[in-house]
Amino acid sequence: MSSTTVPSRPRQRRRTSTGPSTWMLAPALIFFTVFALIPLLGVAVLSLMNWDGLGTPTFAGFANWRTVFSDPVTLHAMWLTFAMTVLTYITQAPISILLGVFMAGNEKYRAVYSVLYFLPLLFSAAAVGIAFKALLDPNFGLSNAFNIPLLSQDWLGSTDLVFYVLIFVIAWCFVPFHSLLYQAGVKQIPTSMYEAAMLDGAGRVRTFFSVTLPQIKYTVITSSTLMIVGSLTYFDLVFVMTNGGPGNATRILPLDMYLTGFRSYQMGPASAIAVILVVVGLVISLLLNRLSGSDKMESQQEGA
Amino acid sequence: MKLRTTGGQAPNVLGGLAATFWLLVTIVPIYYILVTSLKPRQEYFGTNPLAWPEELTFAAYGRVLENDFALYFFNSALITVVTVGVVLLISLLASYVIVRNRGALAKFSHRLFLLGIAIPIQATIIPVYYLIVQMGLYDSLLALILPGIAFAIPISVLILTNFLRDIPSSLYEAMTLDGASHWQMFVQLVLPLSKPAIMAVGIYDALQVWNGFLFPLVLTQSSEVRVLPLSLWTYQGEFAVDIPAVLAAVVLSCVPILAAYIIGRRQLVAGLTAGFSK
Repeated sequence: MSSTTVPSRPRQRRRTSTGPSTWMLAPALIFFTVFALIPLLGVAVLSLMNWDGLGTPTFAGFANWRTVFSDPVTLHAMWLTFAMTVLTYITQAPISILLGVFMAGNEKYRAVYSVLYFLPLLFSAAAVGIAFKALLDPNFGLSNAFNIPLLSQDWLGSTDLVFYVLIFVIAWCFVPFHSLLYQAGVKQIPTSMYEAAMLDGAGRVRTFFSVTLPQIKYTVITSSTLMIVGSLTYFDLVFVMTNGGPGNATRILPLDMYLTGFRSYQMGPASAIAVILVVVGLVISLLLNRLSGSDKMESQQEGA
Repeated sequence: MKLRTTGGQAPNVLGGLAATFWLLVTIVPIYYILVTSLKPRQEYFGTNPLAWPEELTFAAYGRVLENDFALYFFNSALITVVTVGVVLLISLLASYVIVRNRGALAKFSHRLFLLGIAIPIQATIIPVYYLIVQMGLYDSLLALILPGIAFAIPISVLILTNFLRDIPSSLYEAMTLDGASHWQMFVQLVLPLSKPAIMAVGIYDALQVWNGFLFPLVLTQSSEVRVLPLSLWTYQGEFAVDIPAVLAAVVLSCVPILAAYIIGRRQLVAGLTAGFSK
């Protein structure tokens, strides 16, 4: 007798499984829209405006873009940012992967090491910048410590050295975070895979390349994205340590943006620089995602 | 050529040495900060910077604490607590909808938040500055809190959604049968079960807000609303010849984070695992 009501039941159940109403999403969506998405569009609009930071912006067409692409300081900043992205990546990625693999072991002394490795994460970039500035001071810092000629350098005063010093300090700051990600990634690899590799007679190096590395593929992608996008925003550390100097030797793009906008009050060109940063970051992230073969985030959501 | 036994058992001497080398790289600057902050001013100029102080003193800490440090500390604590509190609440609500609601808006929002991770969003500082000035909030703590909340949402939602997915749907179904509303499910099921993720995200966000530098630099001006990282930078100018005091301030600025880390290390690591490494 209830044969007519049977088909309606699954439909009802499906309706309830569409879950909570979307108003719960609203606060996050509103905050993100007002303070991240609208500014994202705003920065593109401002790149077409003349604005000194105080008065009313007026339309300027593509003049700011022409300024930016003909200014040797900004062109140099682009080159420095590119160099910094590449160099920070090729130093940080291998160290983080190797440390992560090392930390994933079970001996007790590794646990102690991992606790200590983490310590740089507790310092703000401002604190790190200030501390290293003192440590590398040519008169009272490391240069003065042990009469070793190699250590007696004007680390931050030399246009040849300063850039590499920054690469090192950046690695000091960020390797802990990424090695932590890798440690977590490696720990999720089933031990049976290692046992199989061992039975096949694979050595340590072979195991690393044939088991560990392919298994942490997604961690590599996540970490690489964060590293590369992060390298476009290293601002505070460089600002505090060198303020772009000596000369323009460390005036990377985000710093160029800040100094152009908030020191020279040329918000238009500064916005154009910001747009370049956003576009480069977006392109690199999309590229990394494509390279990985599948859109991990989506597939995860659909499989949920 | 190698035989089975070399598999994973032989001690990895090279790895151990490399790991120890990085340990030194990590520790030496931190040791330097501590040791210098414990030296009298005169000793700083005379001795080996890495030497243990001949005369151990907390005088540098005293000089810092006389200097409005408490106010900056309070400002930092206030913006951190408020920002993290709001971020946790709204991100958790958003993540709950994203995981449990298959509607188009939920999917779209999820993609939008993920986009926030993929782009260097600090590049939007100029329009954010414009917005804050137009809202009449320039040079207030609220100027730091509002954008701070927005910028912390993407990573928080990423970690929380990854965690909430692991709550078995049978638990929701059981509560549905009991006639629970979605709000009740959120409060009685999602909230208690996602405690570890909330801890992890909370510590991670707190670290970002507490250590933030760009927003305070651009969006505030007066010393009444100064926060710690910015105060370190200004100390550097004021105490140019008093490096022990500057480094004492550096140490003091880390104390709460160190405490949070000691309390929440396990959850933090677990949370990062859930958020990034699946």
